[in-house]
Amino acid sequence: MRLEQPPVIVGAAAVAGPVEAQGPLGHEFDQTYPDLTIGQTSFEKAERQMMIDACNLALKRAGIEEKPPAVDYFLAGDLLNQLITASFSGLEVGVPMYGLYGACSTFSEALAIGAKLIDGGFADRVLCAVSSHNGAAERQYRYPTEYGSQKKPYAQHTVTGAGAVVLAAGGEGPRITYCTTGKVVDFGIADPFNQGAAMAPAAVDTIEAHLKDTGRSVDYYDLIVTGDLASFGYKMAVRLAAERNLTLGQNYRDCGVMVYDLSRQNVNAGGSGCASSAIVTCGHLLKEMARGRLRRLLVVSTGSLFSPTSFQQGESIPTIAHAVALEA
Amino acid sequence: MMYLKAFLVGGLICLIAQVILDNTKLSPGHVLSGLTVAGGLLGGLGLYDKLIEFAGAGASVPIASFGNALVKGALQELNQNGLVGVLTGMFEVTSTGIAAAIVFAFLTAVTFNPKS
Repeated sequence: MRLEQPPVIVGAAAVAGPVEAQGPLGHEFDQTYPDLTIGQTSFEKAERQMMIDACNLALKRAGIEEKPPAVDYFLAGDLLNQLITASFSGLEVGVPMYGLYGACSTFSEALAIGAKLIDGGFADRVLCAVSSHNGAAERQYRYPTEYGSQKKPYAQHTVTGAGAVVLAAGGEGPRITYCTTGKVVDFGIADPFNQGAAMAPAAVDTIEAHLKDTGRSVDYYDLIVTGDLASFGYKMAVRLAAERNLTLGQNYRDCGVMVYDLSRQNVNAGGSGCASSAIVTCGHLLKEMARGRLRRLLVVSTGSLFSPTSFQQGESIPTIAHAVALEA
Repeated sequence: MMYLKAFLVGGLICLIAQVILDNTKLSPGHVLSGLTVAGGLLGGLGLYDKLIEFAGAGASVPIASFGNALVKGALQELNQNGLVGVLTGMFEVTSTGIAAAIVFAFLTAVTFNPKS
């Protein structure tokens, strides 16, 4: 969908945990924390603190100093049961809010909905935020860290961090020009550790739909990033795209691979989680756009829509991907 | 010699479990209960005690030994007290292990916080 008056990203911020801080993009993040608890008494409270920190930094970048901030809506999501991070942060932010759940695709989902609210004339400014936390998400989706379960090489490491973006009807910054909403697809994968493979078809499906809708080619973009396919899912996406006569080449990368140094850091196949695409985009890619090194960027956050209950009952993992085009 | 036998038998049990874990979609929970049931079956046939005799801790430490102890306790009580003994006996031999697991898990949870 093309936005008639493309909304502008007037402020963005990324905060990240200790492992991400040691990764290749560590110096790009606006704030990093030395440990997973961030001075809080639980991982869940730590995640909430990260989301609030990211929101405050993004609002500051956008020059919004008032309390409560002068934004019309707060759109936020995370991975925990009943969206506790987003909702409890909403209490702190104190503006009208919609909680969003698209699993790890929530970042581009929030950007797309925020952009449409503004383009439709329903808002002047929207604050979008997503977060994930390794300790909290592992407990939520797989096994608690204390259990000490072994991981397979294709397993991924949930990114600890939060990203926030302030969208506005006007101002200086990259614009959101197109949104492509993904369809739910299911490739029949039922292993909750193998999410990259489960999500790759959704990513390719959405990229294909986006290119068809816009009439653009892959080469139109300086960079296309998927959210958190990690190294196995990345290769699978390239192969699946080739089967559909799409060549994802040098200008295609995956945030889950970019956020860590896979050869040096013990993160298996790479990163996952809402924060994967959020902190890479807010922390690194938007800054690259400001530096003039990137002009056209397609962010395709990918989400696997399973719950512990659904996979314990033997169901496969449905997935989704949403694309937003950012242009300088 | 006993050390070597314990190493080989204990290692073999763990190897079987690791191969299952790496090559199937079974979760650690499946492998854990699978080994327990296997130990119980071998215990019921009277084979597991022979393995412990042969390999000592190599056979008594892995979780299969717990399955063996469950069955052994049940059989003992069955002989002494009849059918009800199957229920009462199961935890007779294994109560040390279960109580120790609960107590140590409690102490660890009280003392430490998870990190990463």
